[in-house]
Amino acid sequence: MSRRPITWASPVTYALALAVAAVSIAPVVYVIVGGFRTTPQIVADPAGLPDPWVWDNYRRVLTQSDFWGQAFNSAVVAIGTTLLVLALGVSAAYVLARYTFRGREALFTFFTLGLLFPAGAAILPLYLMLRDLNLTNSYWAVILPQVAFSLPITIVILRPFLTAIPRELEDAAAIDGTGRLGFLWRITLPLSKPALVTVGVLAFVASWNAFLLPLLVLSDVNLHTLPLGVQNFSSQYTSDTAGILAFTSLAMLPALLFFTFAEKQIVGGLQGAVKG
Amino acid sequence: MTSIKSTPSLAGAPPAGFGSATRSNRAAETRRKWYEIIGLTTPALVVYVMFVLVPMGFAVYYSLYKWRGVGAPTNFVGFDNYVLAFQDPIFIDALRNNAIIVVGSLLVQGPIALGVALLLNRRFRGRTVFRLLVFVPYVLAEVTVGIMWKLILTDGGTMDALFRSLGLGGLVQAWLADLDIVIWTLLFVLTWKYVGFAIILLLAGLSNVPHELTEAAAIDGAGWWQIQRHVTLPLLGPTIRIWMFLSMIGSLQVFDVIWVTSVPAVRSLGASNTMATYMVDNGFFARLWGYGNAVAVILFVISFVAALLFQRFLLRRDIQGAITGRAN
Repeated sequence: MSRRPITWASPVTYALALAVAAVSIAPVVYVIVGGFRTTPQIVADPAGLPDPWVWDNYRRVLTQSDFWGQAFNSAVVAIGTTLLVLALGVSAAYVLARYTFRGREALFTFFTLGLLFPAGAAILPLYLMLRDLNLTNSYWAVILPQVAFSLPITIVILRPFLTAIPRELEDAAAIDGTGRLGFLWRITLPLSKPALVTVGVLAFVASWNAFLLPLLVLSDVNLHTLPLGVQNFSSQYTSDTAGILAFTSLAMLPALLFFTFAEKQIVGGLQGAVKG
Repeated sequence: MTSIKSTPSLAGAPPAGFGSATRSNRAAETRRKWYEIIGLTTPALVVYVMFVLVPMGFAVYYSLYKWRGVGAPTNFVGFDNYVLAFQDPIFIDALRNNAIIVVGSLLVQGPIALGVALLLNRRFRGRTVFRLLVFVPYVLAEVTVGIMWKLILTDGGTMDALFRSLGLGGLVQAWLADLDIVIWTLLFVLTWKYVGFAIILLLAGLSNVPHELTEAAAIDGAGWWQIQRHVTLPLLGPTIRIWMFLSMIGSLQVFDVIWVTSVPAVRSLGASNTMATYMVDNGFFARLWGYGNAVAVILFVISFVAALLFQRFLLRRDIQGAITGRAN
């Protein structure tokens, strides 16, 4: 693949790239650094640097707030959503990719129709339904709808990937006495790991950042996820600017770390979506 | 699981013989295949139908009632809720704001994203780091972004201090409180948050542009701009249209950033409402469930029609491009 050695670009390119990068992360840096100041410092000079640096805000958030509980809730919901999306999505996509049967394309179209149903528009009846099912104030109230709304895109991304696995492999497996389910489990899954990681990462990030659904279905503060926690903290302690900055920084840290590790998968997944 | 006998593939290579044993084998095989199909697709189907399709059906049903959300709805009002919505100036404001966000996002993010993507598509040392930094706003939670900008843009906050220190104090505005300005402030925040997504998509599209083409053009003496204009951009067409589609649908439903960044008082005056915030305010918080569901249906229909129109338009464009491309 590599044609030319990677070289230094012209100073103009670097200047432009630096400017773009600066606009992208300046507010983030401001929030993180601001967390090391005191509120009086911020009020006196909103754009200044910490002088002196104080750890107190971060210490307070980590020891006195609900940060850990909310991080735990976010993790449970995000991991639950991801695992369930993968399990249901792979099963359905596998059938749509590797079984020949009457109505297959209709079924696929039926799933892709979901891409046109915006989660935002369905939120009120969704809430009413979860309330009537006695599911509000449980992790399931967030997990199940998130899984449902992630399924269409998951299937759209996974299907071509599963179709592309050569038929010869399946025949060979059949000769060795492996059925279709065995083929799914022992050969398809390991082979499609990159696509699974992509779909999983997208579902995880969407769930970790979700706000509207948890806002409506989780009124119990003990079940609040981090986005709800950040919002509550900032409206509850409006005068504690430094505290809000610290809480916000800590809340975005996991997403930033996760993204640094999974950047290739996210970009790769969107790339696949563009191709398809 | 037990092994399947000798019939190797579902595509159905013709079985070796036509004896009765083989025939019953084949029947068992077909039955088994259907069990697998049903077993593997049912869980996904159930969850999908139950949580995506059924709620939209209920929305239509509830929207025909005046209903406070307790007990079964009994007060049937027909299409009154829809009429009410279109008579409410605050809802009309919400529609206008959504329109501003849809058009503004396309017009502002598109060119920026294209410029940055072309820049970051060049091979140079440090490119990976720049890419990573540019994507950061996109992965942050909407709530985080909202609170961050709310603190920065607050009266006498960091943004104002920054303007003053640059000698631009005259430009300082009540970014989030001025009713004529707040929607543009929000458009700015949304642009900051989502332009990274456009860049990711375009970079993905650019990586699919065959290198041979740009190199051939370069050998023919085309300059960098000419290559981008006449080779890269036309090939990027489908990617750009997919992004426009996703951006449009996202803008029509936008909730989180608006909800968190703008003050409820400003929202209730209509200055920074969108259809989604209006819907949640009225349906969930004011408990006007019938009315809220009517707004949900309007939001859904607008998104749906926009999506269909866009796809038609998209499809035609792509077919035309293919035909004229071949004619050349």
